[in-house]
Amino acid sequence: MLLIQLFIVFLIIGLFGFGGGYAMVSMIQGEVVTSNHWLTTGQFTDIVAISQMTPGPIGINTATYVGYSSMVQAGYPAWMGILGSFTATFAVVLPSFILMLIISKFLLQYKDHPVVESLFIGIRPAVVGLLIAASLLLMTRENFSSPGEDAWQFFISVFLFLFAFIGQRVYHINPIRLIALCAIAGAILL
Amino acid sequence: MLELFITFAKIGCFTIGGGYAMIPLIEEQVVSRKKWVTQEELTDLIAVAQSCPGIFAVNLSIFIGYKLYRTRGALVCTLGTALPSFIIILLIALFFQRFREYAIVNSIFRGIRPAVVALIAAPVFRMARAAQITLSTMWIPAVCALSIWLLGVSPVYVILLAAIGGYTYGQLLK
Repeated sequence: MLLIQLFIVFLIIGLFGFGGGYAMVSMIQGEVVTSNHWLTTGQFTDIVAISQMTPGPIGINTATYVGYSSMVQAGYPAWMGILGSFTATFAVVLPSFILMLIISKFLLQYKDHPVVESLFIGIRPAVVGLLIAASLLLMTRENFSSPGEDAWQFFISVFLFLFAFIGQRVYHINPIRLIALCAIAGAILL
Repeated sequence: MLELFITFAKIGCFTIGGGYAMIPLIEEQVVSRKKWVTQEELTDLIAVAQSCPGIFAVNLSIFIGYKLYRTRGALVCTLGTALPSFIIILLIALFFQRFREYAIVNSIFRGIRPAVVALIAAPVFRMARAAQITLSTMWIPAVCALSIWLLGVSPVYVILLAAIGGYTYGQLLK
């Protein structure tokens, strides 16, 4: 039945979902919309939009929401939907949980081994590059608007970016507080 | 243990827009305040979590939990990271299908998004110091960032190549 199918599909996604939340979202779309027709493209797009906007990792949010909607869409009652969302979320986390346990154990045991050390000597500067790339990739019109599209929103976005950057770098303001402040600023100004 | 759960639930509640947004929060809570892992460990961990399949944020929390309390700790951290978003999404799915149509929700998120980008950019300098990057090694992060940003190379390959580079460098030094 659908619950078992959900479990298997999300287990596979969890196992092969390399490359972060967005790569995973396209895998979920392939399985849930294209192959199995549990949801329509429109329904799925709404789910992804809400998953991006709500707190928490996008992979978890999407799995939870798809699990629920697939069950309800197939005619099951809401409580079965809750069971579906639990199944999908559990299945998507399970493979990386087991894998990361093994890796954590190995890393803590061999972190001072010369080979592991030399691997990380190469990896560490690359991670800095990864973070730079992640922030560059997010500096999009979608997140900041643009001067031509909406000058006011663009101006406020750049201001909030600088505010949060300086607040964190120079004044070490708690990130949670910074996000809350920018949320309030957004509600009032945008 | 309860502290571990609450810390990760708190981080989970304020991570908006993907796993990288979690890094500044982990830095603040787990590295600076509680000192559960060092800055250097966190840098290594980002590489490992990124190279593993699955959800980046969950992978990060599993290692930190494991380091402190072994398998039990990993379980608690995973639950802490996943549970808030699970509950929030369920509530939205059950009661607020039209959540996105409220104008105020969109305004709030327009304010949050630039802040999230800033918070991802902010740890770069601290990470660079922890990775002991000097003027002569600055090209490594630059090349990595450009190849991901402009050429669309997967970060997994970048880490793999960097590991091979580090290994070769280690062998040459011998």
